[in-house]
Amino acid sequence: MTAVLKAQGLGKRYRRRWALSDCTLDIPAGQVVGLVGPNGAGKTTLLHLAIGLLQPTTGQIEVLGDRPPANPAQLARVGFVAQNAPTYGGLTVAEHLRLGAHLNPGWDAVMARDRIERLGLEPRQRVGKLSVGQRAQLALTLAIAKKPELLILDEPVASLDPLARRDFLQGLMEAVVDQGISVVLSSHLVADLERVCDYLIVLVGSRVQIAGQVEHLLSTHHLLTGPRRDPARLPEDQHVISASHTDRQTTLTVRTEGPIHDPAWTVSKIDLEDLVLAYMSRPADAGRRPALEVQR
Amino acid sequence: MNRGTVIEFHLEARSGVAPYLQLIHQVRQALRIGLLSEGDQLPTVKDVVGRLVINPNTVLKAYRELEYQGLVTARPGIGTFVTGTLGEGSLAALGPLRRELRRWLGKARRSGLDDESIEALFLTTFRTSAEDVEGTGRWAG
Repeated sequence: MTAVLKAQGLGKRYRRRWALSDCTLDIPAGQVVGLVGPNGAGKTTLLHLAIGLLQPTTGQIEVLGDRPPANPAQLARVGFVAQNAPTYGGLTVAEHLRLGAHLNPGWDAVMARDRIERLGLEPRQRVGKLSVGQRAQLALTLAIAKKPELLILDEPVASLDPLARRDFLQGLMEAVVDQGISVVLSSHLVADLERVCDYLIVLVGSRVQIAGQVEHLLSTHHLLTGPRRDPARLPEDQHVISASHTDRQTTLTVRTEGPIHDPAWTVSKIDLEDLVLAYMSRPADAGRRPALEVQR
Repeated sequence: MNRGTVIEFHLEARSGVAPYLQLIHQVRQALRIGLLSEGDQLPTVKDVVGRLVINPNTVLKAYRELEYQGLVTARPGIGTFVTGTLGEGSLAALGPLRRELRRWLGKARRSGLDDESIEALFLTTFRTSAEDVEGTGRWAG
């Protein structure tokens, strides 16, 4: 499968601060990719590098086989919805669609109109009068009507209430079914992404902590509980992501490709939220090790 | 042949069971109890995706696996249809077995067992007897 996004040693520095460091990724096409990390982790920087709004300080990035923004043809293949789904408050819904038609060569006017109708948006309505959720849906409509191969969304649901959030993700997933687009979307909440993503990237403190197929991540991470012991004495193929101890008990989150044989441990499954939290709460220096990519 | 879709999927978020396995399980369950039978159409991928707000690949994976198990067939552009059966021969036996189980449950309650104890007793007995007949009739998943 071809990569929709490939990064090699990618980094971006603002003055003295690295917003993104040593980022290496290889994301196959046809996936819904979740980019998760706390605020300020570098998610927006990575997405802006992907659409060519920023140029890398170090390393390389390729999107759909080209360095962004390679040319208008490549830009037409990538859709982008910026944080807070920017729209023009003074323009009407219909004017937004006309603008989209003018700016995008591959514009699908029928699909855009259908979608607006299904959402119950009145074409003559000024966008400034719409709810936050409706504006987000309009921005999504504009982005998918340009018929991109890859759709990139920066925190698309952060400002939405639970119902609008569900409606938005529903619209997005239906577009994935109808058009087979690849999607990269970021969120600081893994719960938003859990069900809709195939692939997850955890970005903390400007570094990719882990990236891989959700299913693979879930099958290679385990929660171990047992009598207190030193995590440094685990077998070599078991990487400790997080550890906590009481006087008598040790609880570890470990990543390993193999089975865990030690009978002293009670091994439990870990859900995606706990897995991500384990990476997020790692000490800052843990991320200094080379970022690792879990392949299928 | 198409009698419309007859089942609706649901997901348990905190069950720890992968969503695609939950979908497979629900179809197999529906087949076992006779809720689904040959010729019935499963919900379309878009329906399931829209209803559960999940990744389409999750649904595709479940349907592919069901197809591999010989229970359904995808007809491109139309939908996915039930073409196999599960324990159909035993469907007739369900009624008597259920009655017997009810009697047993009544007996367990009269002996003073609460629901939790009954469940624990049933599950442990089920497991040990399943180990005795390893591989027969157990849902592999």
